[in-house]
Amino acid sequence: MANKDPINKRRVGICVLLSFVTLGIYAFYWLYLLVKNVRSLKNDTRSCIGEMLCLILVPIYPIYWWYTRGNDVKRLLEERDCQASSTGSLFLVLLLLSSFIPLVIFIPMGIMQGDFNSLPTAVSKSHKANFFSPIGKFFRNIGKMFTGGSVGTKLSYFIFGAGNIYHKQYIKGGIFLLLQIAIILFMVLCPSINGTPYGYKALANLSLKNLSKGGEFDPATGGMTTGSDCKLMILFGFVTIAVIVIFVILWYKNIQSSYKADMDKKIGKKPTTFKEDLQSLLDQKFHITMLTPTCIAALVFTVLPTIFMIALAFTTYNDPDMNDAGTTLFHWNGVQNFARVFTGEGSLGFEIKNRFLPVLGWTFIWAIFATLTCYFGGIILALLINKKGLKGKKIFRTIFIMTIAVPQFISLLAVRNILGEFGPVNKMLMDFGWTNHAIGFLGLNPADSEILAKVMVIVVNMWVGIPYTMLMTTGILMNIPADLYEAGRVDGASTTKMFFKITLPYVIFITTPYLISSFVGNINSFNTIYLLTGGGPTHTGYQAGGTDLLVTWLYKVTIDQGAYNTGAVIGIFTFLITATITLITYRRSKAYNEEDTFQ
Amino acid sequence: MSNIARPKKVKSQSRNRRISLGVTYTILVILSIIWLIPLVWIVLSAFRCEYQADGTFIGKVTSNFFPKQYGFKNFADLFNATYYGVPNAFPKWVLNTFIIAVIDCVISTFLVLSVAYCMSKLKFKLRKAFMNISMIIGLFPGFMSMIAIYFLLKSIGLTGNADHPEYSMIGLVLAYSAGAGLGFQIAKGFFDVIPNALVESAKLDGCTNFKIFRRIILPLAKPIIIYQALMSFTGPWMDFIFAKVIIGASNARYWTVSVGLYQMLFGSQYSDPNFFTQFAAGCVIVAIPIVTLFMFLQKYYVEGVTAGAVKG
Repeated sequence: MANKDPINKRRVGICVLLSFVTLGIYAFYWLYLLVKNVRSLKNDTRSCIGEMLCLILVPIYPIYWWYTRGNDVKRLLEERDCQASSTGSLFLVLLLLSSFIPLVIFIPMGIMQGDFNSLPTAVSKSHKANFFSPIGKFFRNIGKMFTGGSVGTKLSYFIFGAGNIYHKQYIKGGIFLLLQIAIILFMVLCPSINGTPYGYKALANLSLKNLSKGGEFDPATGGMTTGSDCKLMILFGFVTIAVIVIFVILWYKNIQSSYKADMDKKIGKKPTTFKEDLQSLLDQKFHITMLTPTCIAALVFTVLPTIFMIALAFTTYNDPDMNDAGTTLFHWNGVQNFARVFTGEGSLGFEIKNRFLPVLGWTFIWAIFATLTCYFGGIILALLINKKGLKGKKIFRTIFIMTIAVPQFISLLAVRNILGEFGPVNKMLMDFGWTNHAIGFLGLNPADSEILAKVMVIVVNMWVGIPYTMLMTTGILMNIPADLYEAGRVDGASTTKMFFKITLPYVIFITTPYLISSFVGNINSFNTIYLLTGGGPTHTGYQAGGTDLLVTWLYKVTIDQGAYNTGAVIGIFTFLITATITLITYRRSKAYNEEDTFQ
Repeated sequence: MSNIARPKKVKSQSRNRRISLGVTYTILVILSIIWLIPLVWIVLSAFRCEYQADGTFIGKVTSNFFPKQYGFKNFADLFNATYYGVPNAFPKWVLNTFIIAVIDCVISTFLVLSVAYCMSKLKFKLRKAFMNISMIIGLFPGFMSMIAIYFLLKSIGLTGNADHPEYSMIGLVLAYSAGAGLGFQIAKGFFDVIPNALVESAKLDGCTNFKIFRRIILPLAKPIIIYQALMSFTGPWMDFIFAKVIIGASNARYWTVSVGLYQMLFGSQYSDPNFFTQFAAGCVIVAIPIVTLFMFLQKYYVEGVTAGAVKG
């Protein structure tokens, strides 16, 4: 049995010590190694970052993991004629204990590591790159370049671009130097917007327990400026952290650039000129040119806002339950906002707790039904349109594409009004004498039926989603190898049988990734719910209505109510759900694991 | 459904086939009607021109599907009306949206293509890391960071202030297009299909990566360029949430058309059930160019959708 991934052996004592020294960071790496070891025992070479993330982020998952993996390790070790001390039940008990005394977690980790250490594998250590290896390489290189580099390189550790200037690469060195000066000035001078500073003061503000005490010192009053705004303090704090990260990267790149010039000189080559550097940006380093705009834009407008909102989840920002409620002054309050969802503490917490589980449940029901109805409806529609001998295929397809093309806020608001109190549908029903009062299909009034509204949004969503699936499956249906049907016909299979045995499995096989992404998309489906029912029936204040999904609730809580911290908590929960589903299914999918083979 | 036809006897096969085709036609026609009803109704409402007995115009949702009288009054009113203190607001909104859509279209398409090309055809460190990170970021609900983007834009004055309310349009363009590069998956799926041998042979001939991109990949990528351009151009016409949050309720002169139309029905200040037919007229004006675009570029749209499905 050839082990591609050998077992990592570690001394338990050293691991525990390192975990303490690094304030727990090393413990995560150690846990990662354990996860990897279990994988390699099972001869499973897939990357285990997904599993690792689940282990850290998903609440109940560790219990399951430790229990099953404990038993797995015992079984696998005994297969290899080793004594194992790991058992699932032991780990279970220790894990429960560790929820009271966190340090206990080192015991199961140690036991498991001890078991791995007892394995007699003598395979040489592989050099397969893992998630953490770039970090190790980073530190090794820093040491190597300092000892092996020229005077210029050594100087670059302190003055950016010194090495490049030493090698007469004046422009490049000058750019590095200017960037260093600019960033240092930014950090020291602390430019401020609306009275909120950047630079080291921003870091100081971020580290305050009570954000509202921050801001800038105002000599005139002897206190802090009144204009200090906590949300800007957080925002600017993270911007400053990003600047520091950029500074470190620049520092490393500047040393690397100088070291490369050293090496070129050593082998008798001339260090690259600035022109050559620019040219390489169009060739060997073309990816840098191409990715830089996106990276900068996404960093500023996607990553930074996301991190900022995650941070807000740990504050009292504009929270009616906290005594310093306000949009400018608030403080950090740890995980209280998360806990409140389950404990229902405070008046807002009570409302949130009341609605959280129902909304979560409905979100899942909605996502399952919306995905499946649209998926199979779309396949059936595509089959109908592509029926052999049918004329006017193009016309039918165009009609359905048209409904995709019309902006949703138009078509969905039209549906809302057609089904509404004064709309034609209710009139028709009343004319037929089937009802004597308008039926609230969409739960727009608090008294309307919740079940009916839920059914109606799923039905109307079919109107939205089916044409889309139809378009997609049409292409796939045309690609089904004709000989499959030929063979089926020779064997005397009926049309129905061929549909269930050939067409459906083929289409499902090809579109599985789409099925998953559309499930995740439906969890985040905002337009359908917001435009049709507005989340109704019964919705006041923070209370989510009967058809509210997590996202529409998030919208109401943040935009309508301004409770950004609670909104962020809901957002993080939504992320955890979608991320878990995606990571588990996507990382197992062929499309991901064999991504390179497509090229 | 098609399954009704079970060819047991050869004689009746063609008859069965005809019946099954007939059934299929019927079902498809019924479905088409169901799918078109809301759209037809909006168009009918736009041309609805009914008056009450005392001569006042009825702009509300009315329960009869077909109007009793037709006319262009809704369109005339829409173009001349003053909303939120802005005279002739609707044409201005259309123009705003058009400008935003064009700029967004150019920036987004460029970003998506450049990232997709890198991910598909260039080999470099951190490629997979970049893909994973972009996927994870994409899993956060967009509405969560929306308000943060607003704060961010506000802190640099791009949500419009008293002196320069038009800056909010720049902010909106940034908000729409900045994250576009992370949505590269469909375009990447398209590039993956372009044979690598093509790239390799060009490299042997001494082409730089830039040249390969410009001379070989871009000409081949026409369908996906059109698909991306179509998607990012229509985005601003369809979105009403982001625009509302970033431009703000008070800055009505610089709204996009969808915000304006949405506010006509749900805005706090001027919303009036009597605006419904005008709203419908606005919808028709917005929908016609978009639907026409879609119809003309249908082929490319289908291609993009299919590429997205297979690659996930």
